[in-house]
Amino acid sequence: MRKYVPKGNVQKKAYYTDRFHVVPRVPRNEVEDAHFASVVSVLKADIKESYMELGQLVIHIDNRSNFDVIKVLKEECGYTQCSEQSAVDYLAQDNEFELFWQMLNVNEAKRVRVVCRLPQGMAIDSIESLFKSANFAEREMFDMFGIKVNNHPFLKRILMPDDWEGHPLLKTYPLHGDEFASWYEVDKIFGKAYRDIIGPENRDPSKIDIEDTKRFSRVGYEVPFGGEYNSDTKEEIEYSDTFLVNYNKPKSKTLDERR
Amino acid sequence: MAQHQVNYASTAGLPIALTSVDKLVNWGRSNSLWPLTYGLACCAIEMMASGDSRYDFDRMGTIFRASPRQADVMILAGTLSKKHSEFARRLYDQMTEPKWVISMGSCANTGGMFNTYATVQGVDRIIPVDIYLPGCAPRPETLQYAMMMLQKKIRKESANMNKNTKQDLTHQTGKRARLI
Repeated sequence: MRKYVPKGNVQKKAYYTDRFHVVPRVPRNEVEDAHFASVVSVLKADIKESYMELGQLVIHIDNRSNFDVIKVLKEECGYTQCSEQSAVDYLAQDNEFELFWQMLNVNEAKRVRVVCRLPQGMAIDSIESLFKSANFAEREMFDMFGIKVNNHPFLKRILMPDDWEGHPLLKTYPLHGDEFASWYEVDKIFGKAYRDIIGPENRDPSKIDIEDTKRFSRVGYEVPFGGEYNSDTKEEIEYSDTFLVNYNKPKSKTLDERR
Repeated sequence: MAQHQVNYASTAGLPIALTSVDKLVNWGRSNSLWPLTYGLACCAIEMMASGDSRYDFDRMGTIFRASPRQADVMILAGTLSKKHSEFARRLYDQMTEPKWVISMGSCANTGGMFNTYATVQGVDRIIPVDIYLPGCAPRPETLQYAMMMLQKKIRKESANMNKNTKQDLTHQTGKRARLI
């Protein structure tokens, strides 16, 4: 198992890099396609930056104009599906989230990604009134990143329990969970008084506890199942004769011909 | 020629069988173990296969019941997420005594490969387990073997229910602790 390294500053400093690893850069091209050029010209006032990436149009917008831009994309440019929407955590780097909406035009077979930056603590406008699919996507974004969404009909956690604390997809959230997460089921079912009885989670899959005589036994120091741990008396092991092979046993006589 | 009356007296002398109450009760309990129809993840697919005609749990008197009130055994088949742990425990509490638990597969035993914030690291943190069945996922034959081992265990224990209700949960810290 690789040694655990604290990942609090994961964005500032890579905690693990392959010697020969090269970060792949996706080439960004000019907008040349006629359809995408028309999309850019329609949205000219709102677009900060636009380029082509892997055959898709990417447009960067201001975080206050996301509803208007997506409405224009839907009603004027034929992007009738919002196939994915979420956020990326750039808090350590810029104290901002990057939000994106992946739009699909089925008739033209074209995709547009709408991207905006959102400072921490700010809310974004919901596009639920345009696309019903945004309902769950925005709830998931709220659940995983804590980004609040204005005008959402039912902004509630969708994956984690309602009484959960913390937002697991933030880069600062530990993979094994924080204090709250590690005791969640014990606190909820039995109460905090049971923490001592049940004990902390075992996060090491190769953990060996020699004092646990129910699940482990040491050769030569065997005690009865569940008995007291014994570190003193070593008992010689007696092997059964039937399992020993006698290599000096004389070979049986082989007859040359059948009698 | 069909015999209309079993002739007890001619074979064993008298129509009497001698046994103890423990043995009689445990004979009944172990030969009609009714598990709860309760699947959590992919192990549940193997559990369903065990119940179907190829592997045929029914021949062992094991019939899946849809209600915890009618079930004796809880087979925790799959990954138990922390969100769901409350409901798993509630189902366990709703089962009538005596009741037994089989933890099926790596995820239920230890959390398995889901070493994350959202997975219960072993169902024995919330429910006392009788049989731990390793595997990812265990074959239906091994689930049936686990059920047979559970039958063996039941036949050995006392029919007095009070003894069955309290089970140790000491493995985590090594402390002597009881979870009812």
